[in-house]
Amino acid sequence: MRQQLILRIAAKLFIPFILLFALYVQFHGDYGPGGGFQAGVIFAAAFVLYTLIWGVDEAKRVVSPNLLQVLAALGVLIYAGTGIAGIFLGGTFLDYGVLQHDPVHGQHLGILLVELGVGITVAAVMTSAFLCFAGRKRS
Amino acid sequence: MVELVDMVLLGFMAVVAVLVARLRNLFGVVLISGFFSLLSASMFVVLDAVDVAFTEAAVGAGVATVIMLGTLLLTTSEEKKASGSSLGALLVVLVTGAILVYGTLDMPHYGDPDAPIHHHVAPRYTHDSPEEIGVPNIVTSVLASYRGYDTLGETTVIFTAGLGIVLLIGSSFRSRGGRDGDR
Amino acid sequence: MSALPGLYNYWIVIFLMMTGLFIVISRRNLIKKMVGLSIFQTSVFLLYISMGKITGGTAPIVAGPDAVYSNALPHVLILTAIVVGIATTALGMAIIVRIHEAYGTIEEDEILSQDLQQ
Repeated sequence: MRQQLILRIAAKLFIPFILLFALYVQFHGDYGPGGGFQAGVIFAAAFVLYTLIWGVDEAKRVVSPNLLQVLAALGVLIYAGTGIAGIFLGGTFLDYGVLQHDPVHGQHLGILLVELGVGITVAAVMTSAFLCFAGRKRS
Repeated sequence: MVELVDMVLLGFMAVVAVLVARLRNLFGVVLISGFFSLLSASMFVVLDAVDVAFTEAAVGAGVATVIMLGTLLLTTSEEKKASGSSLGALLVVLVTGAILVYGTLDMPHYGDPDAPIHHHVAPRYTHDSPEEIGVPNIVTSVLASYRGYDTLGETTVIFTAGLGIVLLIGSSFRSRGGRDGDR
Repeated sequence: MSALPGLYNYWIVIFLMMTGLFIVISRRNLIKKMVGLSIFQTSVFLLYISMGKITGGTAPIVAGPDAVYSNALPHVLILTAIVVGIATTALGMAIIVRIHEAYGTIEEDEILSQDLQQ
């Protein structure tokens, strides 16, 4: 029982920092190494740590499987939606220059939205894949 | 000095790859393949590919190891002893390797700045990305803007893989009570 | 042999590729095959990134007016390839779990013999 206590306290200290680091990597992908994929995987790693210590049922109460499935699709929708928004605003598919008054600002906004979509999809897919493997009973 | 790090890392990776081929305990194989991914992430840093190293460390040494360990828990954990010789496979592999080495003999040397790869589209991305896009990380600007269509396809591939996994083994994931197996 | 220092990288990478290929075609355990396939994929990534390196260059993040950057294009391609590789590996592992539940084994020859008996 005492080992469980140490693990739980250590995980409670770590998990917020892992999530914060994932957000940092997501939004600083423009200025250093990083971006959507890396951030999504690190975000999923926090949920893997939670599942390892508190169990699959507790993890499914924290992040419900329906939410994960919706998020996985939402990321692709955000990405494709940015492309379609370019068409509605007068440009071509995935043309970020028309999203704002100035092409360079439009590129910044487009890259931000697109990486957000990628990060959301990757985090949701990795978390749900791990929960599927961890929750399946051995036959 | 950098060349020494380069050669030592690649030597380690060769030893680890041969070890993966010879080990029969699958738990050890999965852990050593995680170590292989970590070595390749270090190699990517030596080759100036910091984004790739980040992704390889997170994905290869992280997610891949976790999913393979999950698979091990649901199946067996020891490989059966090999029956019959693998001489035919060794021959095929040696011939293919010899042909590939012959193919590298007229490649430009490692690190050559006059290699053809540096003369077509890549200089345009490197020179024009700061003015056209204004984002310091050139890899992000190429990935999300110049080659954004490919990244859309890649996101769809990840989504499809997640969909496939949930459909194949996600019966307890989707239900509320946790049934096992599905017929 | 003056080619040795210039091409050592590529030859070691070819050795890694062939080790991965050997594991895929000669081992019968399905999980071992998937691990061999991922070794093969990683060594192909190493080949591409080695081709893009410039001696004395730096990472392709803008840092000063006259810095030499290693070629950014292979980095982008390999980033996509890594993520697609993990997607196929994860899906392959899910299929292996279902195969084990259907046949009771993940050795290729036992699976084939069970199929031939039916």
